[in-house]
Amino acid sequence: MTRLPSLTIPRWLLVPAALGALLVAVPVVAMALTVDWREFGPLVTSEASTDALWLSLRTASVSTLLCLLFGIPLAVVLARTTGAAATLLRSLVLLPLVLPPVVGGIALLQAFGRRGLLGDTLDVLGLEIAFSTTAVVIAQTFVAMPFLVLSLEGALRAAGTRFEDVAATLGAGPTTVFRRVTLPLALPGLVAGTVLAFARCLGEFGATITFAGSLQGTTRTLPLEIYLQREGDPQAAVALSLVLVGVAVLVIALTRARRDSLVAGAT
Amino acid sequence: MTLTADIALESRDVAVDLVVETGETLALLGPNGAGKSTVLAALAGLLHPRGTVALDDRVLSDTGTRTWVAPHDRGIALLAQEARLFPHLDAGDNVAFGPRARGQSRTEAAATAARWLDEVGMTAHAHRRPHELSGGQQQRVAIARALATEPRVLLVDEPLSALDAEAAPEIRDLLRRVLAERTTVLVTHEVLDAALLADRVAVMDAGRVVDTGETTRVLSRPRSDFGARFAGLNLVRGVASDGALLMADGRLLHGLAESPVADGQPVAAVVAPSAVSIHLTHPHGSPRNSLDAVVTELEPHGHLVRVRTDLLSADVTPAAVAELRLHRGSAVVLAVKATEVHLHPSRPLSLA
Repeated sequence: MTRLPSLTIPRWLLVPAALGALLVAVPVVAMALTVDWREFGPLVTSEASTDALWLSLRTASVSTLLCLLFGIPLAVVLARTTGAAATLLRSLVLLPLVLPPVVGGIALLQAFGRRGLLGDTLDVLGLEIAFSTTAVVIAQTFVAMPFLVLSLEGALRAAGTRFEDVAATLGAGPTTVFRRVTLPLALPGLVAGTVLAFARCLGEFGATITFAGSLQGTTRTLPLEIYLQREGDPQAAVALSLVLVGVAVLVIALTRARRDSLVAGAT
Repeated sequence: MTLTADIALESRDVAVDLVVETGETLALLGPNGAGKSTVLAALAGLLHPRGTVALDDRVLSDTGTRTWVAPHDRGIALLAQEARLFPHLDAGDNVAFGPRARGQSRTEAAATAARWLDEVGMTAHAHRRPHELSGGQQQRVAIARALATEPRVLLVDEPLSALDAEAAPEIRDLLRRVLAERTTVLVTHEVLDAALLADRVAVMDAGRVVDTGETTRVLSRPRSDFGARFAGLNLVRGVASDGALLMADGRLLHGLAESPVADGQPVAAVVAPSAVSIHLTHPHGSPRNSLDAVVTELEPHGHLVRVRTDLLSADVTPAAVAELRLHRGSAVVLAVKATEVHLHPSRPLSLA
């Protein structure tokens, strides 16, 4: 149960707070109210739709794993170092967060595209990245990783080094400390960051369409499919959007339950 | 294991030179901010001091030769002010952490943990998470966790300061038991902890050691002004006898025992100089302790005069000194109420 704290909050704050909540709630409800439910089934199970949904789930999962693989070490380095170099590195890692995704897509194209900086090298290796499913994954990882890094770094800084120091004096080497103390203590932050990163991957549009294009079954993820459908069949676009909302709600609910049990154990 | 350290940390204005002999407990005594915890962190390898730290022949850190042994390779365990138990592990897994990290198998580590939890009386709480334990219980588990790694040196930082008044005597007792025969550096701002737990005391002020020596000497006859102001309490050692302290010369000092002590057990009596009064003849009436003594020294102590005798020091007014015509060599009678004499279990006399 949520109880309104009567003394600690000025009452007038409730008005803008309610308006803010409505701004988010009304459009989502509007979608649910205006979709043609009789046509919902056929709309979301068309071949193009299922292709897009399946591709989105696959690429978002792989991208999230990549975010973890690179993002966890980055967050640890950023949380445990100080100085000008660390500040510079942090700004760099967080850049995709403030960059328009389409600009990110163009940047990726200039790096990995056939005529890009690394194009020749990749050509020699027989790799063609742009406009492939690999490009979708790279684009998603590019835009989503900062969410993971930011969230985990905050958790690591909040946890501090007190427990790590104790672990070291108990004879635990750096890797053991990382595995058995650092990560478990930052787990709530890690889970939150992973959810954010996965959601960002799932919703990626700008960088993907720029860097990977829109080929059904290969690079056309659900957001791209929705955008495409909006031109010809607005009802299908609304139905597919609801599917994406459903997936997002499901992910949040699942991790919330898991995180609550973790937090309860960690305090 | 003889621990030697000659270290300096310029950024914190700390420079000390310490030796801790095998099996000995050295107390670093001083007010908050004197740099005591900084010294411990430097010994543990959590800070990088200039100078050298060595354990017997093994150099742990030496800025001259650029030697550096990482904290986890030093065999030096740190028991911090707060218990700092890992919140995501239960009490048993906390204690098993060190043995596991040092290569014991899961089963071996669990057995080691069980043994140490038993040693500190926490077996029944092995499956509790830290937040389910009281402050005193957490500190017990922390002690077991530090000792389970069989450290060559134990560093103890203000172990009682975060505990409530009820838990502190129990933990002090436990520490006295487990620190015996263990090479230990104990940081404290409580004169009492130094008096009861340490073989030797080094008094620290503003990052420097201003006095060091055997505990009774440093506490009762401090060589530095700072030590005198800071420590300045009477410490009498003896054995328990029918609720009183029996001194080596056969005289009794009556007092209040903080925890029950069996007859014949070593005890220490702590008496504030302000609680001791000086008379020329045995006073009539209430004080249970009236003891013959000889004045050895008179020195100013704030607005009062600290009268040192061969037994206890007393703080008296300058007027009283004049009235009693006190001087070196005066034969006097010291009177102390039994309620002002605090008896504590202490380390064996042989170490004192």
